[in-house]
Amino acid sequence: MSVRTNIRFYLNDVLVELGDVAPDRTLLDFLRLDRVLRGTKEGCAEGDCGACTVLIGAHEGADLHYLTANACIVFVGALDGRHVVTIEHLKGPDGALHPIQQAMVEHHGSQCGFCTPGFVMSLYGMWMTNPEPSVREVEMALQGNLCRCTGYAPIVRAARSISNYGKIAEDALIAERAEMIARLEALRDGNRVVVSSVRGDLIVPSDVDDLAAVLTERPEATIVAGATDVGLWVTKFMREIAPVVFIGHLMGGIEQGEDALVLGAGVSYGRALEVIADRLPQLRELFERIGGAQVRAMGTIGGNIANGSPIGDTPPPLIALGASVVLRKGDDQRTVKLEDFFIDYGKQDRAAGEFVESVSVPMPGPDDLVAAYKVTKRRDEDITATLGAFRLTVSGGIVAAATIAYGGMAATPKRARAVETALIGRPWTMGTVEAALPAFETDFKPLDDWRASSDYRMLAAKNLLRRFFLETSGEAETRIVRHEVA
Amino acid sequence: MTALDERKAIRGGAHVALAHDSGAKHVAGKAEYIDDMIEPAGTLHAYLGLSTCANGTIEALDLDAVRSAPGVVGVLTAKDVPGHNDVSPTGKHDEPIFAHGEVKFWGQPVFAVVAETREAARRAAHKAAITYAERPHLNDVAAARGAGGAVVTEGMKLERGDVAAGLESAPHRLKGSMTIGGQDHFYLEGQIAMAIPGEDDEVTVHASTQHPSEVQHMVGHALGVPSNAVNVIIRRMGGGFGGKETQGNLFAAVAAIAAKKWGRAVKIRPDRDDDMVATGKRHDFVVDYEVGFDAAGRIEAVDAVYGARCGFSSDLSGPVTDRALFHADNAYFYPNVRLKSEPLRTNTVSNTAFRGFGGPQGMVGCERMIEDIAYALGKDPLEIRKANFYGQTDRNVTPYHQTVTDNIVAQVVDELEQSADYQARRRAVLDYNATSKVLKKGIALTPVKFGISFTFTAYNQAGALVHVYRDGSVHLNHGGTEMGQGLYVKVAQVLAEEFQIDLDKVKITATTTGKVPNTSATAASSGSDLNGMAAANAAGQIKERLVAFAAEKFGVPAEAVIFEPNCVLVGNQRFAWADFIDQAYLGRVQLSAAGFYKTPDIHWDRAAGKGNPFYYFAYGAACSEVIVDTLTGEYMVERTDVLHDVGKSLNPAIDIGQIEGGFIQGMGWLTTEELWWDKKGQLRTHAPSTYKIPLASDVPRIFNVRLADWSINSAPTIRRSKAVGEPPFMLAISVLEALSMAAASVADYKIAPRMDAPATPERVLMTIERLRAEAGAGA
Repeated sequence: MSVRTNIRFYLNDVLVELGDVAPDRTLLDFLRLDRVLRGTKEGCAEGDCGACTVLIGAHEGADLHYLTANACIVFVGALDGRHVVTIEHLKGPDGALHPIQQAMVEHHGSQCGFCTPGFVMSLYGMWMTNPEPSVREVEMALQGNLCRCTGYAPIVRAARSISNYGKIAEDALIAERAEMIARLEALRDGNRVVVSSVRGDLIVPSDVDDLAAVLTERPEATIVAGATDVGLWVTKFMREIAPVVFIGHLMGGIEQGEDALVLGAGVSYGRALEVIADRLPQLRELFERIGGAQVRAMGTIGGNIANGSPIGDTPPPLIALGASVVLRKGDDQRTVKLEDFFIDYGKQDRAAGEFVESVSVPMPGPDDLVAAYKVTKRRDEDITATLGAFRLTVSGGIVAAATIAYGGMAATPKRARAVETALIGRPWTMGTVEAALPAFETDFKPLDDWRASSDYRMLAAKNLLRRFFLETSGEAETRIVRHEVA
Repeated sequence: MTALDERKAIRGGAHVALAHDSGAKHVAGKAEYIDDMIEPAGTLHAYLGLSTCANGTIEALDLDAVRSAPGVVGVLTAKDVPGHNDVSPTGKHDEPIFAHGEVKFWGQPVFAVVAETREAARRAAHKAAITYAERPHLNDVAAARGAGGAVVTEGMKLERGDVAAGLESAPHRLKGSMTIGGQDHFYLEGQIAMAIPGEDDEVTVHASTQHPSEVQHMVGHALGVPSNAVNVIIRRMGGGFGGKETQGNLFAAVAAIAAKKWGRAVKIRPDRDDDMVATGKRHDFVVDYEVGFDAAGRIEAVDAVYGARCGFSSDLSGPVTDRALFHADNAYFYPNVRLKSEPLRTNTVSNTAFRGFGGPQGMVGCERMIEDIAYALGKDPLEIRKANFYGQTDRNVTPYHQTVTDNIVAQVVDELEQSADYQARRRAVLDYNATSKVLKKGIALTPVKFGISFTFTAYNQAGALVHVYRDGSVHLNHGGTEMGQGLYVKVAQVLAEEFQIDLDKVKITATTTGKVPNTSATAASSGSDLNGMAAANAAGQIKERLVAFAAEKFGVPAEAVIFEPNCVLVGNQRFAWADFIDQAYLGRVQLSAAGFYKTPDIHWDRAAGKGNPFYYFAYGAACSEVIVDTLTGEYMVERTDVLHDVGKSLNPAIDIGQIEGGFIQGMGWLTTEELWWDKKGQLRTHAPSTYKIPLASDVPRIFNVRLADWSINSAPTIRRSKAVGEPPFMLAISVLEALSMAAASVADYKIAPRMDAPATPERVLMTIERLRAEAGAGA
């Protein structure tokens, strides 16, 4: 195995080679402090406000995709072989403003201007694949960007008019795509990367087998995929995380079997959403409400599971669907039912040196009723107060099987077994639902915190079962949908 | 000779819809904020160490591990403050820079550590070992009242008529209480200051502040040097909203103390979480009210007490709670009224200015009374509102004895009622609710009347400094600060209009205490009113000199010297502006002037509760329709229509932006923005992950915002415009009341919903549950 001892990536049009970067150096600090590129702003340092949004281009085969990311929680070590684009790189013909920038100025899309570079970058990410966006599509692209001045209306107007100011084909990044692919291709050497610094080592394995080897050598290493959580360990809790193994470039495969979807641990929420929208449309809204575009681009399904958070959004529906995870240590693999993977708060069934490789999600049967509902204080980009996921098999009007899992109600994502028991074998009616509701109190003793009181969590959790019944029995309007504006 | 400009009008004069002057820089990331400035070589970084106790005595302060941490240059505690360890803006000396002996809230600064990098300073700050003897802490209004109701400053009373008799004789009366939450400013650029030491006692401070003169004063006070040693500069803030009126003082003082102590530039920027924990917010209020009214809903008497969580010190709580009372009438005449404020002391961060400055809380309490009357009588709240509007010639005296002389509220409301199709839509909402099982709708139309002027009369003054250079280019400086609201471009437009030159000839320059002294905070929506007038005054002085010069030189009467677009007409000779200025220079005309303005006709006697505190009022109205999920309490704003009065707008694009932005910020305050303290008194909603301001997807699905373009300020303000910063914030009360109506539908609108704010999904659902239970119990 050859080892390279520097991180290499393109920053705008400059090749960056770093031989002593710290494993916890964030891209934002690198840009602002090391490179004095100060157009990218720090608003929160936790991936929630979008002021530091940049584009990160990754190429696969003949394609080069640019996705938005929060530079504050992207580690420089994760950038090997990527193309990072910051606000300084935007340009229009003859040095004029880029069409997005022109649209923003002419529609009065900035007031204090501090969030503005981040908005421009988010809109850039959107416009590259969607030059004529609808209002909803703009809102989706901006779920991860906070503005405190404008009330967003002028920004949405600007976003919808970008193509009036320029053609996507003439955009510099699009026009120069082939050239950048060639440059990135030239950086690929198939080597493991190990960079040592005074703050410890960072390792970028060359492939999954190499990852297994690295973790055998250094079982104490912090495994970092999208860093949407580990980023905060550094920026908020100032935890020491070295050595760090970066795996965001690995395990991105999706196998679409007839009976099951197998998602590699490195599949981002955004990639998963594309498949989910097609194969499990009942989960689409939930996936659209995970983080914002930046978090969905970086955060991974494997990370959401391995992290073991009681308020992760993917475990409840995956548990309800009967998913299992494949864990690997060295050359040994084992499969665990997802619901058994979560042992207690902060404790998962994962040994040192072991990693989540993939999750297998059985497809529901054609007659199965499936839904997942997330309840939050703010509709988008908010952390779950309670999340209920349901899979019911109703046969001849009788509940034949039920798998129900909740997030936000216990120390781990958890099955509502007493509720299931109260439903199984009974007719699928509101009467059965009402009779099953007290069982929630057997299953869950939720907490009081800043997201919700215990009483609200319990009441809303029960009401989600009511909603599930109403929705599966033909009631027309059971939840609020943000339709397109006519 | 420059070719004469033949255009009939200048580019960028007053009343023109122009983009923000920094728009092109904002979108390119080239607008420079303080953290973007290239630091002088050797710049150090300071970081605050915050208390982890809500009320107690510091028993031991062990900073050895902080001092010995890598990169640390030194630490600062109370005893290291060379002047006064105090940044109290009221002169009450109740707000130490560093806690000394006692800590009074969780998150209070106890020390600062100064290091070679910000990261080193931040890591070191967490190594402090502080032990406290903890005492019980008072977290909120109820706790403060329970412990005797100590106040941070004297409360105010407004009284007119005979309240007891009015309540006694009213056909109906009701009592209620409402809790109104606070709000974090969540400016996107957090607090920041960078101090650069100068020679002798001098220091230059770049501070993200709405009040450079106060920062100057506070830095001098903390250093023990006169104000003339301190120069404070601010080109732009990344948002302020009141959160940088006084809250930047401490950061500037710490940076300046460290800069002078170590002789190096020092920058201080807290992490977002520390910013939200350690700086003040909008005041939470509890409003207790009793109101008497007749069968038509016409109010006969109001008796209300506004209690506020002020935090550990006075800060601006006096004027904030005063302004709550000044707006406890909103747009309604109270024949008999008594209003009292209680600025209560609590063990929380000292609450401060925030857009509206107590006015929103006063107005929410008022609209809650209106809502209660409507539900009590089974009427549409809009009908109650109309029955109580101030009159034109009678019923027009406020609780503070000022006569309302510019009242256009009925006209605004009537026009909006038509344009928003309120009546038909209200019927449609009622019909929808009659059949929809899970989802319910609500609609409300609420007005705003907001008093313009600082209630501390002395603040209603401003200065500007205008230079015209020999090439005809103009340098503009004034005491107002730019926080995104477009003040700089508006004042530049005023100046361009005065001189009749294109806007691009006017250079907008950073607010600097060395250029314009003794300025007021850019606050109270006053920025363009005050600074626009001061700039116009400066231009007037220069023009007067120019006219005298030209009249004499060319032997024409003064009236024959006319400022035309980019030209000056002297008799029948026309000069290009630059040529004319060059001639004036050669003629030894002073081409620089310090302009000044003070608002006329205002006075206020707080002790008596009488006077004319406001120069004029700004009006507006909004109609909002919402849909609510009665299973979870989740909701969405379907549509909002706004009609708002900005007088004759100085810049309609900027003003629309203030209205849209103000509305959404107000909506956030009343819906998803919730401050939550744990039992130890620690604020737990201190980052965007836990504190939820609105997103693009929370904006009303249909959002129609219009200016009442027929309105002209009856007061002779700058070009008859009106202030716009704060008044639109309160338009969002329409959302709260629409949510209330949707909740009330579950009890067939028979019970006043009385939902507290913020109306989070949880509060909405719990209100629905309560109303269902009460309706069931009553059935």
